Amino acid sequence: MSRQSPGVAIEARALRRVYKAKPAPVTALDGVDLEVPAGEMFGLLGPNGAGKTTLIKILTTLLLPTSGTARVAGFDVVSEASRIRRIMNMVSGGEQSGYGILLVREQLWMFGQFYGLGSREGWKRVDELIDLVGLGEQRLQRVSALSTGQRQKLNLARGLINDPWILFLDEPTLGLDVSAAREVRDHFRNWRSAVPGRTALLTTHYMAEADELCDRVAIVDRGRILALGTPAELKRRVQKESLFRIEVDRLPGGPATLGRLPGVLSAVTSAAAPGAPPDGVTVSLALADDGALAGVVAALAAADAHLRGLAKSEPTLEDVFVELVGRGLDEPDEPAATTGDSG
Amino acid sequence: MSASPYAHGPAASPAEESAWGPGRVLATNLRAITGRAYPRVRGSLREKSWIFFEIALPFLSVCAFVLVYRALAAPEAYIGFAVLGGAILAFWLNVLWAMGAQLYWDRGEGNLEIYFTAPISLMSILLGMAVGGLYMSATRALLIIAMGSLLFDVQYSVDQWVLLGVVFLLTLVALYGLGMLMASLFLFWGREAWHLANLFQEPVYFLGGLYAPIKVLGPLAALAVGILPLAVGLDAIRQLTFSDVPDIGFLPPEVEAVILVLMSIAFLLLARIALGYFERKARAEGRLMARWQ
Repeated sequence: MSRQSPGVAIEARALRRVYKAKPAPVTALDGVDLEVPAGEMFGLLGPNGAGKTTLIKILTTLLLPTSGTARVAGFDVVSEASRIRRIMNMVSGGEQSGYGILLVREQLWMFGQFYGLGSREGWKRVDELIDLVGLGEQRLQRVSALSTGQRQKLNLARGLINDPWILFLDEPTLGLDVSAAREVRDHFRNWRSAVPGRTALLTTHYMAEADELCDRVAIVDRGRILALGTPAELKRRVQKESLFRIEVDRLPGGPATLGRLPGVLSAVTSAAAPGAPPDGVTVSLALADDGALAGVVAALAAADAHLRGLAKSEPTLEDVFVELVGRGLDEPDEPAATTGDSG
Repeated sequence: MSASPYAHGPAASPAEESAWGPGRVLATNLRAITGRAYPRVRGSLREKSWIFFEIALPFLSVCAFVLVYRALAAPEAYIGFAVLGGAILAFWLNVLWAMGAQLYWDRGEGNLEIYFTAPISLMSILLGMAVGGLYMSATRALLIIAMGSLLFDVQYSVDQWVLLGVVFLLTLVALYGLGMLMASLFLFWGREAWHLANLFQEPVYFLGGLYAPIKVLGPLAALAVGILPLAVGLDAIRQLTFSDVPDIGFLPPEVEAVILVLMSIAFLLLARIALGYFERKARAEGRLMARWQ
């Protein structure tokens, strides 16, 4: 059996996963090639249904690939699953694992037992982790009484209980408020920098999160990796275009109306800027050059849309995504068959 | 020990840290049994309402049988049969719902993913469920026997205490072995297996000889003894507990003990094979991560 090259934490070769579904099978992963060096924080960025979760489930040994190979720390996900399970852990967003009747401390201790922590060592580790993630006040509270943010901190502590070498993070800040999400991201950074060689694979559809956390990012859509590089490298791909963000009170016909104008390369709705009125529409525009903006403004005036704000913006990973995929992250893809996969 | 709160142990390489010897594998699985048993024991101590639902309500069924037997002027031993059956039923219900169905529920909550990504065998998780469940079931059984015996003045007559103990333990091993086998079915069939458990419940009440000797079932008794550890075990326990009542057993208790040994081996072996097989199938078909299919 060939081993992967030293220093590579995660490797996938021609990885393919097809789900049986009606009326037709669904290809969730379509020939993914990937190599994540040890010590890297690697991001998978893509919309729902892109194949991110499928990839993470294969790497965490929960799902078998239909074809191709995948290795974690040099171990094959099919034939050496038990060795992988000893050195990795996974934290998912919105996870409700465990038993609500237990206290926070007891729940973590229970999970520690699954990794062979001795009873006394387990309780000690549990208390350290509870303090680390800031759940000290909830230590003796029932798990069922935790808020969403506290619950996710508990999940994070569970993910760290075995001191994993490789951490799989599946939308770990899903549903968290800004402050809780920032805290969770800080923990990931600190965890990784504590021991050289620790690796994390993060799936997210929050562009800013990937930009902030990841050394490299792969943009995934419909089971394929469309682009891979550092956030800076990826953003340089769209630097040649002029990017603007406009806010209008209404936009009859949606952003597609603007997308058809001469010189407009793409127009997609995006999240409103902080403090913007909630009833408006925010559109990210990629223009061939600044001159095309005049046409946009004229079109808005003709459509009786009141321009509330206009700003030239630096490219973001979302712009990269739009250029590669042709639609925004939150814009629906063509209808797909239902599978058990969430992403 | 590292100074960082994010690093607890000495940092070896992933290859070294994943190379576990058999001792560590065994120790981890034993700890997993303790870990999985913990919420059951702790939960039953914390939420006392189960005493009403799990003991007081089932005891009403026992009372109903006792009243029917008394109304029919049945031999007094039948009162004892009803109390004994009501007690042993606790273990069967625990196997049916708290092992098979629990795995189904665990999948819905996302716990199954955690069990499978941890470096342990699913058998350890199921054993943990069994050990934890035994605590509650044994309490229920003991209290039903105590209440029934006091309330209805049941007279026991035990000549072979050792054989009674052996048969009781073998019954539990065979029952929980069957439970593990059923859990693997739940893992694979999901909702359909849920219905399967419902399907099992009433026929087993009928064939298990819970409230009367299985001898009264005629030819069906052979079928019950052939497939149901509950029926074999209870028949033997009944004979050994009421040794002064003649001719109530389907087979001699010694023979039934041998059948229980064979059942224990068969169910545990089949459960191990089935769990391995269904885990592979479930990984292949993506069923471990399907929350509600």
